[in-house]
Amino acid sequence: MPEPLIVARGLKKRFDEFEAVKGIDVEVQPGEVFGFLGPNGAGKSSTMRMIACVSPASEGTLRLFGMDPAVDGAKIRARIGVVPQLDTLDTELSVQENLWIYGRYFDLSRAECRRRATELLEFAQLTDRADSVVEHLSGGMKRRLSIARSLINEPELLLLDEPTTGLDPQARHVLWERLYRLKQQGVTQVLTTHYMDEAEQLCDRLVVMDQGLIVAEGSPRELIDRYSTREVLELRFGAGTNDQFGPQVAGIGDRFEVLPDRVLVYADDGEAALAEAHHRGLRPESALVRRSSLEDVFLLLTGRSLAD
Amino acid sequence: MSDTSIVLRIIPVSYLSALGVRRPHRMIERHVMAYRRQWLIVVSGFFEPLFYLLSMRAGVGDLVGDVSVAGRAVPYDAFVAPALMASSAMNGAIFDSTGNVLHRLKYARIYDAALATPMGPADVALGEISWALIRGQIYAIGFLAVMAAMGLTESWWCLMALPVCALIGLTFASIGFLGTTYMRGWSDMEIVNTLMMPLFLFSATFFPISSYGDWAWVVQLSPLYHGVALVRACNAGVWTASLVVHALVLLVISVVMLAWASRRIDRLLRR
Repeated sequence: MPEPLIVARGLKKRFDEFEAVKGIDVEVQPGEVFGFLGPNGAGKSSTMRMIACVSPASEGTLRLFGMDPAVDGAKIRARIGVVPQLDTLDTELSVQENLWIYGRYFDLSRAECRRRATELLEFAQLTDRADSVVEHLSGGMKRRLSIARSLINEPELLLLDEPTTGLDPQARHVLWERLYRLKQQGVTQVLTTHYMDEAEQLCDRLVVMDQGLIVAEGSPRELIDRYSTREVLELRFGAGTNDQFGPQVAGIGDRFEVLPDRVLVYADDGEAALAEAHHRGLRPESALVRRSSLEDVFLLLTGRSLAD
Repeated sequence: MSDTSIVLRIIPVSYLSALGVRRPHRMIERHVMAYRRQWLIVVSGFFEPLFYLLSMRAGVGDLVGDVSVAGRAVPYDAFVAPALMASSAMNGAIFDSTGNVLHRLKYARIYDAALATPMGPADVALGEISWALIRGQIYAIGFLAVMAAMGLTESWWCLMALPVCALIGLTFASIGFLGTTYMRGWSDMEIVNTLMMPLFLFSATFFPISSYGDWAWVVQLSPLYHGVALVRACNAGVWTASLVVHALVLLVISVVMLAWASRRIDRLLRR
C-alpha cells in the first residue's frame, strides 16, 4: 500500500466556544476520490479548510504528503488545487486573466501561465469566452472556471467543497464528467457534498459526517448494504396525515420512517411490502418502490434527512 | 525586473521571508492587470488636488496675500501647495487601503482565493500597502510637476517631497488597512469619510499652526500635520531639527500599524 496522501488523527476545529469538528480520523490514498457527506453544519467545510492549509487545526495531527500544514503550509498549498464552496473568481479580470494571475500566485512564468490557461480553457469548455468578463458567465461556467483555475498548478490533490451546489442538472453532469476525467488522470480528489447521487457517482469511498463527527465510513455500496435494506417503499398519504397512517405500516419490512411528506418502509422486497400495505387496507395517494440510496443510510445514521 | 515592488528593494529579502513574506509583488501584479482596463479611475485621482490648487491660485490667494513660513513671507498658493501634496498622498493611501481593500476582503474574496495558493496573509498585507504607495508616488510626481510648472517650487530640494509623500502614504495606508480589517460593511466607510475631512482641514493645511493658538496641540495629534510640515520644509529647502521628530512620528505610526494589521489579516483570513 502506498503512503496515504492525507492522514488526520483526532482532528478538531474550534471557533471560540463552538466546536465545528470534534475529533475525526481520516486517511486518503493517492488516486482516490474521497467524499465528506453530511448536512449543512456537519463540519465538512471546516475540515476542508484545514486540509487546504488555510485554517489551522485546533487539536490533533494533520499530514499532507507527509508534511505538517503548520510548518510547510505554503509548500503543501503549492501541490493542491482548491475549488471553494462559493466562487472566489476575480470579477475585475477576464476569464483567461483569472487563470494567468492564479498561475502567477504559484510562481509560474508568464509563458507557462498562458500555455496552461489555453489548455484549461479547452478542458473547461470556455475557450470562446476567454476574454469575457467573469460577471457575465452563467453559474455552471463560473464553476467550470473555478475548477480550471484550481488546476493551473497541476495539483496532485484537488479539494472540491460542494462543487455542484446551485447548478442545474445538465451543468452538474458536465462537471461530473470533467471530474471523472481528472480521476482517470490520477488526480486525487476530496470533495464534500450533501447530494447523495453526487457522492454515489463520484466517490470511491466516503465518510458520513454529522455534528462534527464521522458516523460511518465505506464505499457508497458498502454503506447501503450495511445500513439499509435492498429496496425502499415510499408511501405518500394526504398532506398532514402521514403521521397518522405511518404507524400502521409497522411490521411490514425491517423498519419504517415517517417524514413530513411521506412514509418510508425499508424492505428487501418492495413490491411485497406494497402488497402487504394494500392488504392492511392502507390507501396512499401514491406509492413508489425504489432501491436504497445513501439518503436512506444518512437518515438511519443521523435521524435526519439531508435536505434539512 | 518587471515585478515592481519598492518594498522588496528597501528591506532585505531574507528578513521578509522570515516573516512569511515572499510574494507581495504578485498582489501588485494582480492590480496592474485589473487596472489596465480601468486606467481612467487611476488618472482621475490626480485631478482633485490639481483643481484645489488652481482655485487657491485664482481666488483665495488674492484675498489672503502672503503667509509667513519659517520667518519668510511666501505667497498663499506656494504655502498651500505642499500641504495639498501631502493631503493627496494621504487621500490616495486611504482610498486604496479602505474601500478597495474592503471590497477585495469581504465581497470579491480576492484574498481568500490568493491564500489557497502559496501566497500568505503577510504577502497580501504588504502587497496592498505597496500598491497604495506606488499609486501614491505616481500622483505625487504628477502633482510636483504641476507645482513646478506653476512656479510654486522653490528649489531642487522639492524633490525630497517625493520620498516624504511615500512615508505619508505608508502611514495612512497602514492605518487604513488596519481600520478596514475591523469594518463590518460598507456603512463603516462613512466613518472614514467623517474622519478624513477634519484631518484635511485642520492639519495646518490652509493656515499656519500659529493661527490655531491654544489649540495647536490638537493639530499636532494629526499624522497629516507632520506630513504637511515635512513637505513644506522640502519645498522651502529649510531644514530644522524638528523635521526629524515629524519623520519619526510618521515612521513609528507606520511600523506599529503595519505589525498590527498583519496580525489582524492573519486572524481574519486564516480562521
